[in-house]
Amino acid sequence: MAEARHAVEVEALVRAFGPRRAVDGVSFALDAGDCLAVFGPTGAGKTALLRVLAGLLRPTRGRASVAGVPLPGGPEARRHIGFISHASMLYSALSARENVELAARLFGVPDPRRAAGRVLEVMRMASRADTPVRSLSRGMQQRVSIARATVHDPTVVLLDEPFTGLDAAGAAALSAALGVLRESGAALVMVTHNLEEGLALATHAAVMTAGTFARYEPRAGIDARAYADAYRTLVTLDA
Amino acid sequence: MPDAFGAALLIARKDLTIEFRTRTAFFSAVVFALLAIVIFFFAWDPTAVAASDLAPGVLWVIFTFAGLLGLHRSFGVELEDRALDGLLGAPIPRHAIYLGKAMANLVFVLAIEVIAVPAVALFYDMPLGGFAGAAALAAVMILAAIGLVAVGTLFAAMSVNTRLGELLLPMLSLPFFVPIVVPAAQTTARLLLGRPVIESVGWLKILLAFDLVFVAACTLAFPYTIED
Amino acid sequence: MRASAATPAPRVAPPTFDWLFIVAVLAVIATFIRAIFFTPMDALQGPAQKIYYVHPPSAWVAFLAFGIVAVASIGYLWMKDVRLDRLAESSAEVGVVFTTITLITGSLWGKPIWGTWWTWDARLTSTLFLWFIYVGYLILRGAVEDRAMRARYSAVLGILGSLLIPFIHLSVYLFRTLHPMPIIGKPSKPSLPNDMLITFLMAFCSFTLLYLALLRARYRLASDEALLEAEDGR
Repeated sequence: MAEARHAVEVEALVRAFGPRRAVDGVSFALDAGDCLAVFGPTGAGKTALLRVLAGLLRPTRGRASVAGVPLPGGPEARRHIGFISHASMLYSALSARENVELAARLFGVPDPRRAAGRVLEVMRMASRADTPVRSLSRGMQQRVSIARATVHDPTVVLLDEPFTGLDAAGAAALSAALGVLRESGAALVMVTHNLEEGLALATHAAVMTAGTFARYEPRAGIDARAYADAYRTLVTLDA
Repeated sequence: MPDAFGAALLIARKDLTIEFRTRTAFFSAVVFALLAIVIFFFAWDPTAVAASDLAPGVLWVIFTFAGLLGLHRSFGVELEDRALDGLLGAPIPRHAIYLGKAMANLVFVLAIEVIAVPAVALFYDMPLGGFAGAAALAAVMILAAIGLVAVGTLFAAMSVNTRLGELLLPMLSLPFFVPIVVPAAQTTARLLLGRPVIESVGWLKILLAFDLVFVAACTLAFPYTIED
Repeated sequence: MRASAATPAPRVAPPTFDWLFIVAVLAVIATFIRAIFFTPMDALQGPAQKIYYVHPPSAWVAFLAFGIVAVASIGYLWMKDVRLDRLAESSAEVGVVFTTITLITGSLWGKPIWGTWWTWDARLTSTLFLWFIYVGYLILRGAVEDRAMRARYSAVLGILGSLLIPFIHLSVYLFRTLHPMPIIGKPSKPSLPNDMLITFLMAFCSFTLLYLALLRARYRLASDEALLEAEDGR
């Protein structure tokens, strides 16, 4: 069992809403430390794919598993997942520390107070930890949001358009934070329409149109400029 | 991982902390309750209808509507920055989320009752009866609040996701509040008149049965309102 | 999704002759003809008693319809089959129509017999709340955009509504009631003379048939709608 246990494994995954197939036959596998960037226009099914991986949507057909647990795996699967989206998932009336600590407790982290302090430190938010989230800047909120999603050392971190609404400094901090996550052994799946930022972090890249991966390849062989041209062609073809 | 009850407590505590800090819903519910008590008094002719005949009905109409104010807010907080997704992504059973929200709402409704009952007693010049009567009244309050909150929390979770939003919550909830408000008002009336508790046992049984059936049914139904 | 239809299938099945509906309407007409011309007049109530051939059968159909809603709702949550959702929706709509008939005919009868259009009698009141619950059900359906969510939400309400009915009835019943007791359910012997009883039973059967016909028609409409929506979605 130990061999070939990918951090994320997706095989011929389909997720339909009524008759419409938002995800229509997607397959890929990621190991610890990998980062898959999924590019695509709005409505290509990127968010649906991510929500299936997060255990928030049930797969209609095909298989998806996280840390060896088939989805939707209930609490057992959700324990391995960290989910970050452009919505912060934070309670604005609570402080950064309270938000992260609540997540730590819900995830059953042994010493929630210390764990919360540690991730806030990693996200360089320790000095503002006791500020109510509503008075933090958008970039700071995003960093707290990452702290919240990673306080339980997830095997897989899912990111839905994490760069949306961030200024340059915020984006730089986010990139650095994601680098730290990868080094600690998490596999990342990032959905974005920002080619530049996505490619900077990725080990694998995919272009999603109409529910399927139109391209899927390792980052190593990609020339950023050619990829951008190819991406534009794919997206206009689809439209 | 925390067990379901532990997770529910965490969520309830979180909701109450937020409510305690912002206090918006609670203050508006209390002010609403006090206003309603006063307005109801003037809507009736006190020479024709004795205040003591009015009081139980007024009390229960106010509780239901003040309760609705709090119930709606309960899931508004979760949707503001999609915090609900954070709870759904946590390794806790779905019904723990429902129980946690319901517990917080129960505290909310009971807190309003604690303020409104003395206010009604004061404005309508009601004696609160002896110790046995007061204890029975408290039991009615708690049983009725559990029923209101069980159904209301579930419908609040549904109505925040609809086009009609807060309009839908009373429309769905009020028919379900009938078997709560009728027994509660009847019992309250008898107890305020100082009648023996034994007269109200039938009504109390209905309340208790309602609580058992709907707490169970709504706990089972809740996961279907958030997952697919 | 890309369109893959090589030969465009007919978008919706052409309207068919609805034999069930015709039969049901004929049965109801036959019942009414018998009720008006061939069933003896009640000595006490006079023509008002003819309500027996409309009002109790409508009430029965309403309960049947909402029972079907509950069963289909449980089935939907269990199997997630859209057809069960359509069945629940159709049955709820037909049920609301029959509840409305029940309320209106009850009110018409109440005027000459009780001397008032409306009274807070237990059965009347619970029927009114029944109407509120399922009108709320239909409003909820209209207020949810996402189809799967709409189906789940309305299934939850459909189930809870059926649990609520006995509680509403019990709590308003304890207010005392002036409603005539059910005629058939008595174990000893039915209190209607034979002629009336036959018409009465005919009314139940023809109304049930009408319910089934309307349910089927409404269900077909829902299926066609889903089909069209699916085609437009592509």
